[in-house]
Amino acid sequence: MHHSSALPPSSLAPDFSLHSTPDQLVRLSDFRGRPVVLAFYPADWSPVCGDQMALYNEMLAEFTEYGAELIGISVDGPWCHTAFSQARKLHFPLLADFEPKGEVARKYGVYRADEGTSERALFVIDGNGRIHWSYVSPIGVNPGADGILKALEDLQQKEETP
Amino acid sequence: MNRPRTHHSAKEIAAVPIEGRDHIQGPIDAPIALVEYGDYQCPHCGAAYPIVKALQKRLGKHLRFAFRNFPLSESHEFAEHAAEAAEAAADQGKFWEMHDLLFENQDALDDDSLANYATDLGLDSIRLKREVMSGSRAERVREDFRSGLRNGVNGTPTFFINGERYDGAFDFEAILAALSNKTM
Repeated sequence: MHHSSALPPSSLAPDFSLHSTPDQLVRLSDFRGRPVVLAFYPADWSPVCGDQMALYNEMLAEFTEYGAELIGISVDGPWCHTAFSQARKLHFPLLADFEPKGEVARKYGVYRADEGTSERALFVIDGNGRIHWSYVSPIGVNPGADGILKALEDLQQKEETP
Repeated sequence: MNRPRTHHSAKEIAAVPIEGRDHIQGPIDAPIALVEYGDYQCPHCGAAYPIVKALQKRLGKHLRFAFRNFPLSESHEFAEHAAEAAEAAADQGKFWEMHDLLFENQDALDDDSLANYATDLGLDSIRLKREVMSGSRAERVREDFRSGLRNGVNGTPTFFINGERYDGAFDFEAILAALSNKTM
């Protein structure tokens, strides 16, 4: 299996507007001016996902140091996200790529049509809305955070020395 | 102590036991280095605890082991203070004794229990409790945590063998096989 379809660095990150809760919408372009970490994951509640989102939840202070926003995204609906988020005490938004299902994942080239879920894929988007770094992890492997932190650091250095 | 203090130095803390920084068991010239990033309240770390002991017993002077803190405090409400208590015990010379007690008593890690363990170990429990409550060991715990993020820790426990993340199973035979490869 190859994962070459994920949008590569320097592509413009497709904008989207998705529900984080049944009555809240989050638009990517609202975060213009600061980096966004977009973490696609296959599903709420699966143990591996839980670990990945739980890990990111523990390191929000690290993301904040880079002025970055963290957003989780899966094909689960907003009610499911709300329950999952409460159960795991998550302090960052989970977006519902639910209707039309997986549309945003498709735009980013990380939809798995056979399973009906997204890949486990990470994108670091710069303040101008361009993809700075992307990574698709094997579906069963929690990618951790070292790649994200390196990308954010790299981005920060790039912006300091234009 | 020339302990690194800032975020930017956390990424330079490699996943091998570092003399003068880490809590280490086993000789300095041991050919195999094992580092665990763990959380005292994590059941998987609790399950790994006797396995690490058995590996140390089996490999003896061939193994050097360091434990670093990686508390997942949002999931485990007592993990952060437990980690700080072990660090505070270290300052009174009993890190490993506290580390062991915490893993042997994972179901009782509230602040009062932590103070009781200090008393059991003959430590100044009032001092230890004060240090935990004031967060005076929090920075050290955070430094461990950040170094883990940089090294690719993706959950707990995460083991590193001679600096490389171990992604295999957590049973004795599997880890032993991975460690034994390193003595060749």
